[in-house]
Amino acid sequence: MIAEITTNSWWLIIGAWVITLGALGWYSVAIVLKGRRLSRQVPAASRRWL
Amino acid sequence: MTDIAPDSPAGAPTSTSSRATRVLGVLSLAGLALTVVYAFAITGPDVRLGNSVRIMYVHVPTVTAAYCLMIANALFSGYTLWKRSTFSDLAAHACAEVGVLMLGLTLVVGAIWGRMTWGAFWVWDARLTTTALLFLMYIGYLAIRGLPASPRVRATRSAIVGIAAAMLIPIVHKSVEWWASLHQNETVLGKVNPNISGNQYFTLMLAMVTFLLVAVWMAMHRFRVLWLIEQLDVVGVDEAIEARRAENIGVGQ
Amino acid sequence: MMHDALVIAGKDLRLEARSRVALNQVLPFVLAVVLLFGFALDADTLLLRRATSGLFWVTVLFSAVMVVQRSFAIERQDGVTDALRLSALSPGGIFLGKVMSLFCQLLLVEVVLGLAVIVFYDVTPSGAALLLVVSVAATLGIAAAGCLYGPLAAGLRNRDTLLPLLLLPVLAPVLLAASRAFEVALGQAAGGGWQWAAMLGIFAVVYLVLGVAVWGPLLEET
Repeated sequence: MIAEITTNSWWLIIGAWVITLGALGWYSVAIVLKGRRLSRQVPAASRRWL
Repeated sequence: MTDIAPDSPAGAPTSTSSRATRVLGVLSLAGLALTVVYAFAITGPDVRLGNSVRIMYVHVPTVTAAYCLMIANALFSGYTLWKRSTFSDLAAHACAEVGVLMLGLTLVVGAIWGRMTWGAFWVWDARLTTTALLFLMYIGYLAIRGLPASPRVRATRSAIVGIAAAMLIPIVHKSVEWWASLHQNETVLGKVNPNISGNQYFTLMLAMVTFLLVAVWMAMHRFRVLWLIEQLDVVGVDEAIEARRAENIGVGQ
Repeated sequence: MMHDALVIAGKDLRLEARSRVALNQVLPFVLAVVLLFGFALDADTLLLRRATSGLFWVTVLFSAVMVVQRSFAIERQDGVTDALRLSALSPGGIFLGKVMSLFCQLLLVEVVLGLAVIVFYDVTPSGAALLLVVSVAATLGIAAAGCLYGPLAAGLRNRDTLLPLLLLPVLAPVLLAASRAFEVALGQAAGGGWQWAAMLGIFAVVYLVLGVAVWGPLLEET
């Protein structure tokens, strides 16, 4: 079944990519920022599992 | 919680990044950029699926990344029950959380694909239905982790839920698949045409590897954040003990 | 281990026989649900008959959540959990005992539900062998899963709402398989009933084995 190329279809395709990359990007930023904030609060010796 | 002095002794990490994650991060970003270029510019519309195949390049990678993360969660959970290791407990948590994110994205993108191809957001096909059930099961896992409890108790409970969920995956998959075939609702995405042209195959593989790298990167950071939270609890307890001890010393004199 | 199981099963069932919670609360609930579905589907007898298999097992699932909650709430009272921990009973045996007790209670619920459905939805039972085997396999699976998640999530007020979230998605394959098999038994769908029954058997075995394996750590740590 060949999907017809309509303006709608392109919005859906782009939407899927934007949602995915957007969600992953938001999560990544949130987690890195949280990591920085927490690192400041924990004594240096305990900051990493090694 | 007092703020430890921001200037740390030389060499102490100031964030959850490390050389490993930076390398991973760079590779992931490069991979994503390349994937987008291939998905939109270099490959053309599929013979059968038309332009909707470009959604496949993001849908399939999220679900494969999710499956890998769930397997990782199962392994870490098993190890946690066996060896009572904090590391594997937190690692299991990190994998589950990133996995839930991936599953959620799979559902959303799958619904968009369904809308494009079949006109309906949900057609009860095998893969999406299985994904929905797994999504719920791992939300349950995260909920169990949220219950207030001592770390040991929480670790045991979560590990059990994680292992039970993982053991269910093949059962859910097979039964839903069979059920969907009764309704002729095979996987919405159809079987990947084994003769897909070189470019399409490459793009799909590239996308799958890239998303896996992204997933590992996110899981590593999440693990480290969880570790820090754990340490804060420990530090908090230590400080309380110290404060108490200081009190007693003062009284003694 | 089997001896321990029978001891626990006996205790639970005797407790239930004396307190009659399942009898007085769950059975009326089941009847209420049968009626409610009738209202919801506008008393369309044709539709109700067609939907019977699914509605039956959905009702069983919701009843199971209630029975599991009850089963593990009584453990929390009076430090029974500690007593169990200190007793010489094997955790696997305790698990199997609770599974047996849950199994019996759920089977009773299903019998009553079956009668209600025959009466209210005008269903003619057929395919008795398949109905029986499917019921036993499905109920065993439900009981095993319930006894695995029950101790994690039942019995304390702030945890009660977690049990349905944990249990229902996990029991979805049971609902699926049992409903489809019932449809085949009632002559509403063609073939494959015994394959669904086999799948139910696999589910039950997986959860029974898992339960016996992890109840040790579960009892210690929870």
